[in-house]
Amino acid sequence: MRKLTLALAAAAAVGLAASAASAEIDQPVRIGTEGAYAPFNFIDENGNLQGFDVDIARALCDAAGFECEFVIQDWDGIIPGLLAEKYDAIVASMSITDERKQVVDFTDKYYQTPARFVAADGSGHSIVEGDAPAAVGNVDEIAFDTDGLDGKVVGVQSATIHEAFLQDNLSDVVEIRSYGSQEEANLDLVSGRVDLLLADSVVLDEGFLKTESGEGFGFVGPGFTDQRWFGTGAGIAIRKGEDELREAFNAAIDQIRADGTYQEINDKYFDFDVYGAE
Amino acid sequence: MNLQIVLDTLPAFLEGALLTLQITFVSVAIGLVCAVPLAILRVSRNPLIAWPVYGFTFFFRGTPLLVQLFLVYYGAGQFSDSLDAVGLWTFFRDPWFCGVFTLTLNTAAYTVEILRGGIQAVPHGEVEAARAFGMSGTKLYTRIVLPKAGRIALPAYTNEVIFLLQATSLVSLITLMDITGVASRVAARSFAYYELYLTAAVFYLVIVYALQGVFRRLEHRLSGHLRARPDSEGAAAPAAEPAPPTLRG
Repeated sequence: MRKLTLALAAAAAVGLAASAASAEIDQPVRIGTEGAYAPFNFIDENGNLQGFDVDIARALCDAAGFECEFVIQDWDGIIPGLLAEKYDAIVASMSITDERKQVVDFTDKYYQTPARFVAADGSGHSIVEGDAPAAVGNVDEIAFDTDGLDGKVVGVQSATIHEAFLQDNLSDVVEIRSYGSQEEANLDLVSGRVDLLLADSVVLDEGFLKTESGEGFGFVGPGFTDQRWFGTGAGIAIRKGEDELREAFNAAIDQIRADGTYQEINDKYFDFDVYGAE
Repeated sequence: MNLQIVLDTLPAFLEGALLTLQITFVSVAIGLVCAVPLAILRVSRNPLIAWPVYGFTFFFRGTPLLVQLFLVYYGAGQFSDSLDAVGLWTFFRDPWFCGVFTLTLNTAAYTVEILRGGIQAVPHGEVEAARAFGMSGTKLYTRIVLPKAGRIALPAYTNEVIFLLQATSLVSLITLMDITGVASRVAARSFAYYELYLTAAVFYLVIVYALQGVFRRLEHRLSGHLRARPDSEGAAAPAAEPAPPTLRG
């Protein structure tokens, strides 16, 4: 009986703490996401929003005591939508970059995976010259295989760090084609309109290579994690100056990392640790 | 206002404007060439001739252009193997071709209906008079019906060309870097959405203004016989230009 009372008291205390935290923040907290970036966020065959981002967002809302609802927004308008107050936070695998930090604030990262190229098996693209390390943290230390890449067409999702990376490093060498969604870029690799894709390795692996249409395609070249383009991982974007909301999300990230909820969600989607380095 | 970003992007915008103009002119030219014979078939009393044309215009006027564009671009991508087998994939592989192909069919469909209206509005008396002179078939069409129908349809056709110019902005969604494509690519990195889309709008305005000028001159030339002759007494009354009924907004 005492145990039960204690448990009830604890629950009440948690509830109070939660409502105290949420009192300063307008409820419900609206979460903007894209819904076209499997396995992080996507619409399943029943029309429901699913994915790692979505589960993490739900867990964070539970941990922070928020009432949350999701708003689906196309990627290239996702920051303008936040600024226009169509939602209060973006949980959509958005990488934390300096360019974006000029317009929005970010929480701590909630995962980090490298960017990689994909091509048809046997295409022979080597991306970088010589023996490449598995992960390139600084592109100044490697040389791109400009002869092999010359004139190749690379598909990339528009308004992404991957597009910026291509524009800054390879725009003189390859033809860059920008797509509204990653799925459209994948389609054009399969149909042969583009020779290579550059995107997040997990997105390519789970959303393309492991699917039926991805048969006959594979990763080429090393993983790229150069901070100047790929930032320090994916975080939750919120409007500048809304520090309470940011702190609440940061605390919630720490909490789900500590109590095992994060691990549970991680294991539901991936057979490796997507959080990356601590 | 971040004017620096606009200045930095101007060369890219000019390139984009060239692509926009190129796509517009190619589509309009081929579309018009296809539309004239189709419009004649469209007014045929034989349903076996008229109905297929009606089906074509019904489809392209009855579905959104974006749907048509994705249908051609990604639809062709899905059947790339079959298209390759018949040698068509070389064309459909190219986003420029897919864009021009779709826009051409779309504008052809609208132009057929505009011309049909023009043909049907040719006064019956003129056709009867031509027949009385012994004209029929090709001669009747090339000398009497089409010139008259063209004049009647011109204001509406001006609208169609301007609409098509604006519709070309959709090709940015199939990876082409037209005016809109440039604006969205640069805005995505700089977040200067307001400045860049405003610049894009100005580019379109300038092109539309020039197009309107061209068509106004064309209308003026083609309506010479409706204006008072300079040496007639009507010349005394200035601005006696009888404005033909126009649909232009």
